[in-house]
Amino acid sequence: MTTSEIKFNDEAQKKVQEILAQYPNDKSKSALLPLLHLAQAEFDGWLSPETMDYIASILNIQAIEVYEVATFYSMFNLKPVANYLIEICQTSSCWMCGAEDIVRYLEKKLNVAVGEPTQDGMFQIKTVECLGSCGTAPMFQIGDKYYENLTFEKIDAILEDLRKENKRSRYV
Amino acid sequence: MNEKLLLKYDHIPGINTLAVYRQHNGYTSLEKALKTLKPDEVVEEVKKSGLRGRGGAGFPTGMKWSFLAKPEGVPRYLVCNADESEPGTFKDRYLMERIPHLLVEGMIIASYALGANASYIYVRGEYYYIIKILQKAIKEAYAAGLLGKNILGSGFDLDLYVQPGGGAYICGEETALLESLEGKRGNPRIKPPFPAVAGLWGRPTVVNNVETIAAVVPIIQDGGDAYAKIGVGKSTGTKLISASGHINKPGVYEIELGVPVEEFIYSEQYCGGIRNGKKLKAVVAGGSSVPILPTELILKTAKGEPRLMTYESLSDGGFATGTMLGSGGFIVMDEDTSIVKNLFTFARFYRHESCGQCSPCREGTAWMEKIIKKFIDGKANMADIDLLWDVQSKIEGKTICPLGEAAAWPVAAAIRHFRHEFEAYVRNPQSINEVKHYYRLNNLVEA
Ligand SMILES: Cc1cc2nc3c(=O)[nH]c(=O)nc-3n(C[C@H](O)[C@H](O)[C@H](O)COP(=O)(O)O)c2cc1C
Ligand code: SF4
Ligand code: FES
Repeated sequence: MTTSEIKFNDEAQKKVQEILAQYPNDKSKSALLPLLHLAQAEFDGWLSPETMDYIASILNIQAIEVYEVATFYSMFNLKPVANYLIEICQTSSCWMCGAEDIVRYLEKKLNVAVGEPTQDGMFQIKTVECLGSCGTAPMFQIGDKYYENLTFEKIDAILEDLRKENKRSRYV
Repeated sequence: MNEKLLLKYDHIPGINTLAVYRQHNGYTSLEKALKTLKPDEVVEEVKKSGLRGRGGAGFPTGMKWSFLAKPEGVPRYLVCNADESEPGTFKDRYLMERIPHLLVEGMIIASYALGANASYIYVRGEYYYIIKILQKAIKEAYAAGLLGKNILGSGFDLDLYVQPGGGAYICGEETALLESLEGKRGNPRIKPPFPAVAGLWGRPTVVNNVETIAAVVPIIQDGGDAYAKIGVGKSTGTKLISASGHINKPGVYEIELGVPVEEFIYSEQYCGGIRNGKKLKAVVAGGSSVPILPTELILKTAKGEPRLMTYESLSDGGFATGTMLGSGGFIVMDEDTSIVKNLFTFARFYRHESCGQCSPCREGTAWMEKIIKKFIDGKANMADIDLLWDVQSKIEGKTICPLGEAAAWPVAAAIRHFRHEFEAYVRNPQSINEVKHYYRLNNLVEA
């Protein structure tokens, strides 16, 4: 994509205006995180340099101010990702309840290592830290959805459903 | 006694909607505050209640509110901390998901008390579905005249917004949160100045946890004195506990402060005992950063008194034999759990989450993770135990924010109480393969 092609559609533009209305006029930089989330959801699940430059132009700030933020927060993908990013919690309570087994099971089932997309670009496994779901461990998150109290059988069904759905997951 | 103040109606179908919430006393506290109390009188009730911040530090809320600077002509803000990222903690998520209007009502009352006309709820980005739930509740509140201009004819105006984080534990630290809300990296600020004087956009700001703000609703409803009667001593009221790990009934429980730890773990009303009939080995009582305690010290204090779920009782004995209530993230480990391996998950977490500004924290967390990994890989020697102790001891008090300490305390406590386990891994590196590092869901079936 070239810069000229990166532009929010009308619906997203409306959301941008709603977000900007949340802050005093001279404090619009506060919109940066919400706008990066929106951009990631709208432009294929990741933030390309062109996308970040576009956000900088909307907020009238330096591109570096966007880069430094995008690289700080773990939810922003700075490289292309598969349609469904499976984010598995590996911290204490989840580890105690079988998170390592979940990772291994997925690696085997999808025939990829953590971090690699599957060949069809459908799935990608990412290990993450506590997602606030410790009481329903083990768990993973895909887009804004939490999948909890996981078992291998449940995972089979979830992947099956997503394969059929075949859309890109998103938070926003 | 089993008094519920926050989760009284959490199981009522539709309680997430304004209509059903209103059928269960919803927004009557707000009405009472706006129609019968002056802002300072609301602060007074909260002071009387003895409510202490539920985000982890336990600072008295009424006192925090009275520190807010009020320079003429400068807007001030209330910011709700819904970053909830301390491992073991998931109570704020539960509360916001089930009863979003309780938080919204609390935000309006607290904003009125503080004289804030714009307030923000900063929610960790991973909770995006919660953000949608909150936005829906806020929309309903605007439509009913509970937000916006001249709320319930009182002359008080308030706009309430929800802001997403981006996946960074450090943004739970209040000044990092404010930086993040300003659209920057989450680097904690050097204090002073405190947010009460220079917070969001340099203006006076109060930052409070979700549960703290929600507790203001019952406090106004029944009065600060009635709230103060619940609990024990300076641990007044109720507390949401996130219970997880090897227990029969993990989940969020609202307890009256003062419940004995033993009752909390074993009674059917709460955790329902240890899974699979196993024995208890250790508990992390207040989220990943508080010291782990072995069975004997979590059930009873060093003096032999029953340990209670209160700020004071849990910290009895200091760090030598006690711990902290913290965020109420209660992680239970059974007899088969490897303390060293669990510690490794914490060490990895803190290394990942250090913002990197201070070298003792940035370098120390990386070293701690590396050294603990050696034990797990069967490559450690006895001197590594002392090295690990040395590294953790050089972080405390030398950093901008308390994350460095939060990373060091669990390491210190693990060595203090479970040194023999580190030694066993050194003596017999093979033993690591015999310990159950994790729970198999069932036998790993071939995919
Ligand atoms: C590293 C770190 C992480 C924190 N995370 C949270 C959090 O997720 N939620 C929270 O309410 N407080 C958190 N706190 C505490 C806040 O800095 C602050 O004390 C709290 O939000 C104040 O609210 P309270 O007085 O209502 O507890 C954290 C503190 C530190 C040092
Ligand atoms: S202690 Fe750690 S997290 Fe806190 S400011 Fe320093 S480097 Fe950042
Ligand atoms: S430890 Fe996995 S969600 Fe908290």
